[in-house]
Amino acid sequence: MSLPPPTAVLEGGRKAAIQSRRKNLTFDKVSFMAVFLGIPLAIYLVFVIWPFLQAFVYSLTDWSGFSPNYKFVGLDNYARIFTDDQFLKALSNNVILLIVVPLVTVVLSLVLATLVTVGGSSKGQVKGLRNSSFYRVVSFFPYTIPAVAIGIMWGQIYDPSGGLLNGALNALGLNFKDYAWLGNTNTAMWCSIFVIIWGFVGFYMVLFIAGIKGIPAELFEAARIDGAGRFRTAVSVTIPMIRDNIQTAYVYLGIFALDAFVYMASLFPNAGGPENSTLVMSQQLFFTAFQRGQFGMATAMGVILALATLLFSGLVFLVNKLTGGSEGGRL
Amino acid sequence: MTLLKQKTVPVGHIEREAKSTPGDRAVAATSHVVLAIWSAIVVLPLLWTFMSSFKTSNEIFASPFALPGAWKLDNYIKAWSEAGIGAAFINSVIVVGVSLVLVMLLGAMCAYVLARFTFRGSRIIYVLMLAGLTFPIFLAMVPLFGVLKGMGLLNQLPGLIITYVAFALPFTVFFLFAFFKNLPGEIAEAAAIDGAGEWRTFFQIMLPMARPGLASVAIFNFLGLWNQFLIPVTINAGGPKVLSQELFAFAQQMGYAVDFGALFAAVTVTVIPVLIAYILFQRQLQGSVSQGTSR
Repeated sequence: MSLPPPTAVLEGGRKAAIQSRRKNLTFDKVSFMAVFLGIPLAIYLVFVIWPFLQAFVYSLTDWSGFSPNYKFVGLDNYARIFTDDQFLKALSNNVILLIVVPLVTVVLSLVLATLVTVGGSSKGQVKGLRNSSFYRVVSFFPYTIPAVAIGIMWGQIYDPSGGLLNGALNALGLNFKDYAWLGNTNTAMWCSIFVIIWGFVGFYMVLFIAGIKGIPAELFEAARIDGAGRFRTAVSVTIPMIRDNIQTAYVYLGIFALDAFVYMASLFPNAGGPENSTLVMSQQLFFTAFQRGQFGMATAMGVILALATLLFSGLVFLVNKLTGGSEGGRL
Repeated sequence: MTLLKQKTVPVGHIEREAKSTPGDRAVAATSHVVLAIWSAIVVLPLLWTFMSSFKTSNEIFASPFALPGAWKLDNYIKAWSEAGIGAAFINSVIVVGVSLVLVMLLGAMCAYVLARFTFRGSRIIYVLMLAGLTFPIFLAMVPLFGVLKGMGLLNQLPGLIITYVAFALPFTVFFLFAFFKNLPGEIAEAAAIDGAGEWRTFFQIMLPMARPGLASVAIFNFLGLWNQFLIPVTINAGGPKVLSQELFAFAQQMGYAVDFGALFAAVTVTVIPVLIAYILFQRQLQGSVSQGTSR
């Protein structure tokens, strides 16, 4: 770095340059902070924070979104939302997603990750399963595919007459001819849940594999010397050691399950599915705002969605903390 | 643990004696079978979509398994030009490309200042960034519609770009913050002693040093923005469509005009480029995931 220094520093020489770092006063530093912090922060405040703050205000108004006038109606929107059958139906669907999706995804990806990492020989050093990188690469595929494409693709797979699923079932000799998987209230939700899990397992599998590989090998060896079998090792060593990863996964999946807009929108061209059995809150919010022109009401739904998200995240942290104490003691 | 030890010592003993235990082979075989089944569940739908993209609608309805009569590109031509997938593809490349460059630059700048300088309010800014990560994007969507409308940016690609940048910013700052925090401070000090100003230190020294972190964050931002659906559907509903939007619109029309071959072709066009990029760069990506978790 023997090149000539920029002008601002030239004036005071080297000593001054170092001192100015502490004094916070040179033009170089002031311009640097102004640009580096100012521009990103301005964009962030205008397009993210400001809308978030506005949402809380709008949720208390009867704003239609198209006229500039609106008046405050207090908590009326909230009261009306909770007597709206359609919203309550959407809420209950989100609760089903919230219970099933994170649980099944985490368990399945944990099982697959465990098979890859500790499926190898039980002698000598802890080894992963041989030739398993293929599975890891393939499982990650869905994460690289836009959710819209996933939804449309599975919509075709579930198609009653030309779909892959009925084709396969018929080839096996089972009579599912023309069964509409997504058109039936009994199966629509579960088929959607399968698609969502299909889309997420690979990502969390890779995440867990990385977590498991980060566990010191001595721990596994110690458990083995103590005579723990594979299952026992997985339950007593692996899971406690990557519990923070599991917590992160659970929070993200939960936040996603409370949204689920993209999958439900692309799987069901007739929004909501059969008898609204797959309608979710985010879809209801979207229709309320952009089709019915009730922006005030829609933002109130957004606030409820946000509160539900925060509540869920808090709950996961709490559960992890409460169970964390006892688990840590056992190790 | 002592209880456990006493109970299972004999089993462990036998395992250590044997050269290659049948148990190991059984476990390995079972693992392979389970993993292979899952891989098949992942790959078969994709292969089926790819195969179907060459079929005519009649062929699709005749049998879901039969190979296409002729491997012609008719469906692709139809999807690319008539359904507007081509134009949308180009829009997506422009929007995501510009947003990605901007968000990486702005995010790195912001994270660098937050990580290396302490000043009044720096903590508040950091917490604000975290808040942007926690709140569901849905809450902001309706007011954002109003904000962009007021600025005349609604239904325009620049409006979409700046929104993408703003919403990708907290994630970018959050991860690069940790990265800049861990870079050795001595190098910046050495640069200052050698007379480099703040601007130079950042662009010539710190930014190149942060390259591995930048690469990981860029990959995730790319996937996130390329797959983004909610933002364009909300604030760009009437504007030039991006890929996910056009694909969705095309699928909605399908309810009326049945051309499933072209739909499969449209899905394939959407899936293939990113999938190929993933296969080429998968080593780096796997690395990024592990980097993300260690923080």
